[in-house]
Amino acid sequence: MGLRTPIYELHLQAGAKMVDFGGWDMPIHYGSQIEEHHLVRNSVGVCDVSHMTVIDLAGADSKRYLRYLLANDVEKLQSAGKALYSAMLDDTGGVLDDLIVYLTQDGYRIVVNCATREKDLAWMNDKIQAFDCALTERPDLAILAIQGPESLQVLKEVLAKDANEGPSRVAYIDQLKPFVGGFCGDWFLARTGYTGEKGIEAIVPADDAKQLWRDLASAGVRAIGLGARDTLRLEAGMNLYGSDMDETVTPLESNMEITLSIDEQRDFIGRGKLVEQIQTGVSRQLVGLVLNQRGVLRAHYPVYANDECVGEITSGAFSPTLQHSIALARIKTGADDLQVEIRGKRLAVLKVSPPFARNGKKVFKLADA
Amino acid sequence: MAEYPGELKYAESHEWARVEDDGTVTVGISDHAQDSLGDVVYVELPEIDADVSAKDEAGVVESVKAASDIYSPISGKIIAVNETLEDAPETVNDSPYDQGWFFRLQPTDLAELESMLDANAYQELCDSEEH
Repeated sequence: MGLRTPIYELHLQAGAKMVDFGGWDMPIHYGSQIEEHHLVRNSVGVCDVSHMTVIDLAGADSKRYLRYLLANDVEKLQSAGKALYSAMLDDTGGVLDDLIVYLTQDGYRIVVNCATREKDLAWMNDKIQAFDCALTERPDLAILAIQGPESLQVLKEVLAKDANEGPSRVAYIDQLKPFVGGFCGDWFLARTGYTGEKGIEAIVPADDAKQLWRDLASAGVRAIGLGARDTLRLEAGMNLYGSDMDETVTPLESNMEITLSIDEQRDFIGRGKLVEQIQTGVSRQLVGLVLNQRGVLRAHYPVYANDECVGEITSGAFSPTLQHSIALARIKTGADDLQVEIRGKRLAVLKVSPPFARNGKKVFKLADA
Repeated sequence: MAEYPGELKYAESHEWARVEDDGTVTVGISDHAQDSLGDVVYVELPEIDADVSAKDEAGVVESVKAASDIYSPISGKIIAVNETLEDAPETVNDSPYDQGWFFRLQPTDLAELESMLDANAYQELCDSEEH
């Protein structure tokens, strides 16, 4: 038996097929992964992501610590509530994890992946020794991601039914801008997600999460499994830690250039390697692939240019929105005229710049040759 | 719960076979198989008139989760394929034993069916795989 989120019993009641996910028993789907994907693209769905790790940071040196720890710069967070996506690197520039950090009134709230929890905490606690601040893990909290074009409206309608807390929560959501979040009482509400759609991530006490899940279900909001979450993030061109990047690659080899903040003033872990790679160029890059014929691109399928193997797929799936297969692949920089070997046959693929789909439409661009 | 119709024969590789009134044999994949695979997104069917031997690859089913070979449970000549699946692969999920059939063959030797599992034995196999 794996770890269970507070929503576990409710998943079973909703007909979930449960799988092991980084040591947690999590729902992969509730009947049809593709239907769930379309619900988020076209209306709304709710996904339990309580397996992710929430860590609070407080103390006088919090900002100085994060500016040293992260490849993106928390100095960019100029007002409470702002969120920043960043890689956390090791000394050689390898990606230890990707995370979201929010500036709060009291310090920072950091959300990291579940499979990397122990490694991250060990690393972060080791590096914090020289700083006057402290990390507190928050296993008491659950996370529900309410996502889709109708998500804000539906969530507000559900919350408004609570005469006590409802009005303040609705008002709080009304003033939230994209990629901003913060505390509304003991609820943390943020306009973030991992789907490429409008949505809210609610980080709330376990019992409140159960009640919110039930209230959303009563309002007709369907549950979304981690299977659909994966195809949604892939269509949105978002990397998955452990598949698209890990310690063996740097952000520059992982299509994460725009999440780096490299300037003269700031030293951070892994900076030296990034500066070197910017000067010399990288030998491999993460690109998008599109298959315009029948078949499904899947992780670890080899990628060829002419007859040379130039890399492999890191994430691949059938895109329910586009109705053909899409993938991310790490290949030799500049390789073109690509083919993917699927079960012994080599099929031509297009090299594109992610994202693949937004708002239900094709948005990918052909990558520069 | 997955269904296991009693009138069908089953392969350990999760295909079912049904003898039709005219002596031909229809093949598909079981309810348990479609449920394990999740949403089916592509089906590759065999060529009409192809000769297949028992346990030969006779197609591929690609789901959101994985690509799986389909094996012909018995030997024979392919006489029909379910073209519906080209445009509506989800039919395999919706109706695995009826609308979601894969191909029909003229069997070389119907006695080959006897080495297949009956519904009870197949259900036991599926139950044991789940634990």
